[in-house]
Amino acid sequence: MTLSVRGLVSGYDRSAVLGGVDLDLASGATLALLGRNGAGKSTLVMTLAGLVPVTSGSITVDGVELAGRRADVIARAGVALVPQGRRVWSTLTVGEHLALASRSRKGTWTVDGILDLLPRLRERRRQLAGQLSGGEQQMLAVARALLTNPRVVLLDEPSDGLAPAIVEQIAAVVTTMRSEGVAVLLVEQDLHLAFGVADEVAVMARGEIVHRVPTAEFRRDPDTAQRLLGVA
Amino acid sequence: MLVSVLNGFAIGFLLFILAVGLSLVFGMMDVLNLAHGALFLGGAYLGAVLGGSWGGFLGALGLAALGGLAGGVLLSLMTEPLRRRSHLDQALLTLGVALIAAELLIITFGDDPLSAAAPPGLDGSVTVLGAVYPTYRLLIIVIGAVLALAVYLVVDRTRVGALVRATVDDREMVSTLGIDNRLVKGAVFAVGSVLATVAGVLGGPIYGARPGLDATVLILALVVVVIGGLGSVRGALVGALVIGQIDTVGRVLLPDFASFVLFGALALVLVVRPQGLFGTRAVAR
Repeated sequence: MTLSVRGLVSGYDRSAVLGGVDLDLASGATLALLGRNGAGKSTLVMTLAGLVPVTSGSITVDGVELAGRRADVIARAGVALVPQGRRVWSTLTVGEHLALASRSRKGTWTVDGILDLLPRLRERRRQLAGQLSGGEQQMLAVARALLTNPRVVLLDEPSDGLAPAIVEQIAAVVTTMRSEGVAVLLVEQDLHLAFGVADEVAVMARGEIVHRVPTAEFRRDPDTAQRLLGVA
Repeated sequence: MLVSVLNGFAIGFLLFILAVGLSLVFGMMDVLNLAHGALFLGGAYLGAVLGGSWGGFLGALGLAALGGLAGGVLLSLMTEPLRRRSHLDQALLTLGVALIAAELLIITFGDDPLSAAAPPGLDGSVTVLGAVYPTYRLLIIVIGAVLALAVYLVVDRTRVGALVRATVDDREMVSTLGIDNRLVKGAVFAVGSVLATVAGVLGGPIYGARPGLDATVLILALVVVVIGGLGSVRGALVGALVIGQIDTVGRVLLPDFASFVLFGALALVLVVRPQGLFGTRAVAR
C-alpha cells in the first residue's frame, strides 16, 4: 500500500475530531471521500499533511512511519496537499510558485510538463497569484502540489465555487495523476466530479470512515447514499 | 529646511536598514524581536570604540556583522521552543534578552555617552544647494539607498526572496513543499540582525552610543513596521522614509510637538489602515 492509516486520532487543542481512522490507498488508486459538514474530512486531510497534530495512531507512506512528523518531512516523504481555499501565495507570481515547488523532489512532473497540461497558467506566468481567477488559483494549487512529484496527493474540495469547464480540467489532471501511479484522496461535495474520477467512494461520519465501496456500487445504492449523506 | 529634509533621508534610510529585519521576522514567524534595538546599540558601541580611522571603521563594520550573525542565529534558536506560544511569551523572552544585553553593554562600555567619529575624509562638510551639510550624512543617504535597493531587489526579484515572501504569506503551505520553516526563519533572523548591527555602526557618528539608545531606536523601528505593514519590504522603506521626515522636519516646524506628530502619524495609520500602508493583514492581537 502506498498510503496506510491505522487508528488515527487527531484534533485541534484537546478535542479529538478524528476518532480512529483506518484507510488504505494503493498506487494509482483514487478514493473519493464524502460526508456531511463536520464529519472530519478536512481534518483527516490536514492531519495526513502534518498540519494538524496526531494524538495517536499510525500513518505510513511506502512503509515509512510519518505520524507526528513535521509537515516538511511528510512532504519530502511524498505527500502533497491541495488545500481547501487553494492557499496560493498572493504576493508571488505564478512562475515563482512553480519554481519554489519544483525545487523539492525531482521526477516525472516538470514545470514545462505542468504548463502543457494547464496552458492557462503559461499565459499567466508573470502575474501575481492574488490577481488570478478562482479557477486559475485552483489550477496553480494543483500544479504546485504535483511539482513536488508526490506519491500521494490530498485534494480538499478542488471544485468548490468553480465553473463546470474548470472542474472538467481538474478531473482531467486527476486522471493523469492516476495513470502516473499517484494515490489520490479526493474530498469532494461535487458528486459528479467524485463519481467521474474515483475508483472507490468512502463516507466519513463523526470522525470515522463508516462506509467504503467501489464507485459503481455506491451509485447503484441510492438508499445508502441518502442515509449517509442526505442526498440521492 | 533643506538640511532637515536631508537629515530626514539619512535617518529614514538608517531606520529602513534597522526595521526591515524586524518586519520580516515578525511578518513571517510572528516573533516580535524586542532585542533588535540592543543589536543596533551593540553596533554603535563597536563603531564608537573602534572608529575614527578607516581601518577601525571597517573593522567595526566587520565585527558588527559577525556579532549580528551570531546574535540572529541565537535569537532564532531561543524563540523556537516558543513557536506555538503567544506573541506575549515570545516578546517577554526577547525583552529579557534585550535587558540583559543592555546591562552587559553598560558593564563593558560604561554608562557615559560615547561619540563615534566619522572616518577621516568624511568628517568634514560639503555645500549642497547653498546649505552646509556633513559629508558623512550624505554618505549615509547613499549607502542607505543602495542597501535598501539591494534588500528590495533580493526580496522582490530572486528565488530566495520568493521563498521569504511565501513564508510571510502562508508558511504552512511552504512546509507542504518539503521546506523547513525553521531554516527560512533562522536565515531571515540572521540577515535582519546583521543589518541591525551594521546600521548601529553606520548610525554611530549621527546618534552616538549611549544607554537607552536601544529602546529609542527600537520604538522608532516598531513605528516603521506598524506604519509600513508587517512583512512588507516596500512598506518598511516607505514607513522609514516617512518617519525620518516626520522626525526631523517635524522637529523644525513644530519643535514642541515633535513626538506628538510622530505618534500622531502612527495613530492615524492604525485608525485608517490597521494593516499598515503595504500590509495584507492587521496586527494580530
